[in-house]
Amino acid sequence: MHNARRPSMAVVATLAVGALALTACGDSGQTAQSGPVTLTVNVFGDNFSLPNDRSIYDEYERTHPGVKIVENRSDFGTHHKNIQARLTAGSGAADIELIEVGQVAGYIGQPDKFVNFRDEGVDTAQWTDAVVARASTPDGKALIGLPTDIGGLAMCYRTDLFAAAGLPTDRAAVSALWPTWEDYVATGSRFGSKAPQGVKWFDAGGHVFMGVLGNEKETFYDAEGKLIAETNPAVRKAWDLAVKAIQAGQSAALPEFSPEWNTGFQRGQFATITCPAWMMGYIQGNAAETSGKWDIAKIPGGSGNWGGSYVTVPSQGKNTKAAVELARWLTAPEQGVKLFKAIGNFPSQQSTWKDKEVAGFTSPFFNNAPAGTIFPESLAKAPAQVQGPESGVIGNIFAAALNSVEQGTDPNEAWRKTLGDIKAAAG
Amino acid sequence: MTAGLQRSRDRQPWRSRLHRLDLTVSPYLYISPFFLLFAVFGLFPLAYTAIISTTAWSPRRPGSADVSVGLENYRTLLSDENFHNALINTLGIGLVSTVPQLLLALGIAHLLNYRLRGRLALRMGVLVPYVTSVAAVALIFNQMFARDFGLLNWLLQPFVDSPIDWRADSWSSWLAVSVMVMWHWTGYNALIYLAAMQTIPYDLYESASIDGASRWQQFWHITVPSLRPTIIFTVIVSTIGALQLFAEPFLFDTTRNNNGGSERQFQTIVLYLYQQFWTNGRYGYGAAIAWTLFLITVIIAAVNFVLTRRIRSSE
Repeated sequence: MHNARRPSMAVVATLAVGALALTACGDSGQTAQSGPVTLTVNVFGDNFSLPNDRSIYDEYERTHPGVKIVENRSDFGTHHKNIQARLTAGSGAADIELIEVGQVAGYIGQPDKFVNFRDEGVDTAQWTDAVVARASTPDGKALIGLPTDIGGLAMCYRTDLFAAAGLPTDRAAVSALWPTWEDYVATGSRFGSKAPQGVKWFDAGGHVFMGVLGNEKETFYDAEGKLIAETNPAVRKAWDLAVKAIQAGQSAALPEFSPEWNTGFQRGQFATITCPAWMMGYIQGNAAETSGKWDIAKIPGGSGNWGGSYVTVPSQGKNTKAAVELARWLTAPEQGVKLFKAIGNFPSQQSTWKDKEVAGFTSPFFNNAPAGTIFPESLAKAPAQVQGPESGVIGNIFAAALNSVEQGTDPNEAWRKTLGDIKAAAG
Repeated sequence: MTAGLQRSRDRQPWRSRLHRLDLTVSPYLYISPFFLLFAVFGLFPLAYTAIISTTAWSPRRPGSADVSVGLENYRTLLSDENFHNALINTLGIGLVSTVPQLLLALGIAHLLNYRLRGRLALRMGVLVPYVTSVAAVALIFNQMFARDFGLLNWLLQPFVDSPIDWRADSWSSWLAVSVMVMWHWTGYNALIYLAAMQTIPYDLYESASIDGASRWQQFWHITVPSLRPTIIFTVIVSTIGALQLFAEPFLFDTTRNNNGGSERQFQTIVLYLYQQFWTNGRYGYGAAIAWTLFLITVIIAAVNFVLTRRIRSSE
């Protein structure tokens, strides 16, 4: 009897493994749920809320019985890599995936992987053409993402550190210090000569670089979609200026979005930071104890844009209908206004810009700076930037290269390596 | 009675056939789950990766999945200075982490082999770093190796002019990554050595001490030679592990594109593969790196195998 059982056990084990493999394959056969729906929203930061605040989702759940929302946060890089992995694999994506503007061009070539908002009757006139075009296929037939916020540029600065170094603290007087980026670097030298021990002018060279480029129409790609990072004089100029400031000892050399960078905010290791609207949320969430010590001045050059995001609905989801509804709600003007006041993310919906609630908004965290007028002013004059498929990748390559200059690498050598890396990544 | 006998005689060939089948087939069935899983999770990815590595596939370029480029990716790889850099980093970190790690493990195992108070707790204790997640460990090590407010720089304050930026240089970043690796694996190797030490007959030590051998001589002349097969095993396993090092440099990195340092100071092969594959979306090139790494691993394992045989036969 014992002998007879043994093979059958082995057969069972083999079958069990086979069954496991089969169930894994059969997953896609499930039908769409009716009744209570759980929608997952994958974000890469404070896109819809400061950490541990889900009031916006609570509101939606209240007005839409039967819908439950789960938000998953991961860091910027991991988030965007995961989206691509899950799109390629055909499963695993959330019902709603946020995509940053520098990355979105990389997904335009895969419109079949997303719900086309053109088919969903979305009124695209509420955004500027440029914002919509960035998430559209070249022929304009598919729109893969709805714009949430845009990153109008300003300069955030620490009034206490400015005072300590003998610089003016009033935001109009501070704005007058730097009509151009060259003036900004010159002011940095003035600051450096009297700055408190261990305090630098700005956080990272890569950040100055992005700030300078924020006012350029064409940066890494031209309007035809050709890669011009290597030859574009505007890029080289921004690089040279960042290098000059680094070599003058103005950089705290804190890699963006690293733990050290976060510590830098909390400990006041730098006096200014290139400040897209969404940065307001980052500072508040990350260094709450510095409330009242910040203020917001105009960006050198007067205008610019950096960042912003799109809400996408991957077509592989089982609840795309409900997800589209949530996506539309999240990108409606009313929510844009709410998010701006709560976080600082500046709404991309044009109708809100003249809204009293937006225009009249001042942020107590930033010394009651009139954020509601600073950011639209910066955006009004900002050019509609050209983004290419690898814009985000190229930006990161430059950021790492400028960090290597901060660590002591020869700038020419760093520039040479950068061009090689860009060629390998995007050429 | 006769009827019963008759029936049992009829059943005999069926039973014996079943018995024979059991003897010949069931061993294969027993191990088949492994091979099935290996086929699904090992062989298939390996073959599929090989196919991808001959394409220019990038998800950001529609239609590129079907563009065959032959061995072009491998040719590019041979002259890719970033790949050479990753190879050197991997071997360097492997050396800096493996050698002290195994020596340390040997020493710890030797100490744990003594009749100590609370022996079991100590033996379990050395395994604690192994069971903690690398991510949690990296969090702490990132604090220790931080440039501005790091623990190590605080301790080193009296000895250096300015705080060390651990990620800025190759040697310092290799050291930091190696320390993380050593922290994770030393206890594990120590336990393997300890298990092997306990199989060494105690009489050997007894007679050695009667002959007047010191503890050190006993360790060197009895323990180490008896551990030779185990040491070879750990060297092979650690070497393969070092070639595939990823989590530690990945978590130590502060760049947003998995560059392994601003200038790839500590970018290992797998981190480079990860960067090319996921950050840059070069599926074809990434697959070529994966296959090259596989071949390198096979070659090193083969060299290890030959060396092991030499050592065995010279015994």
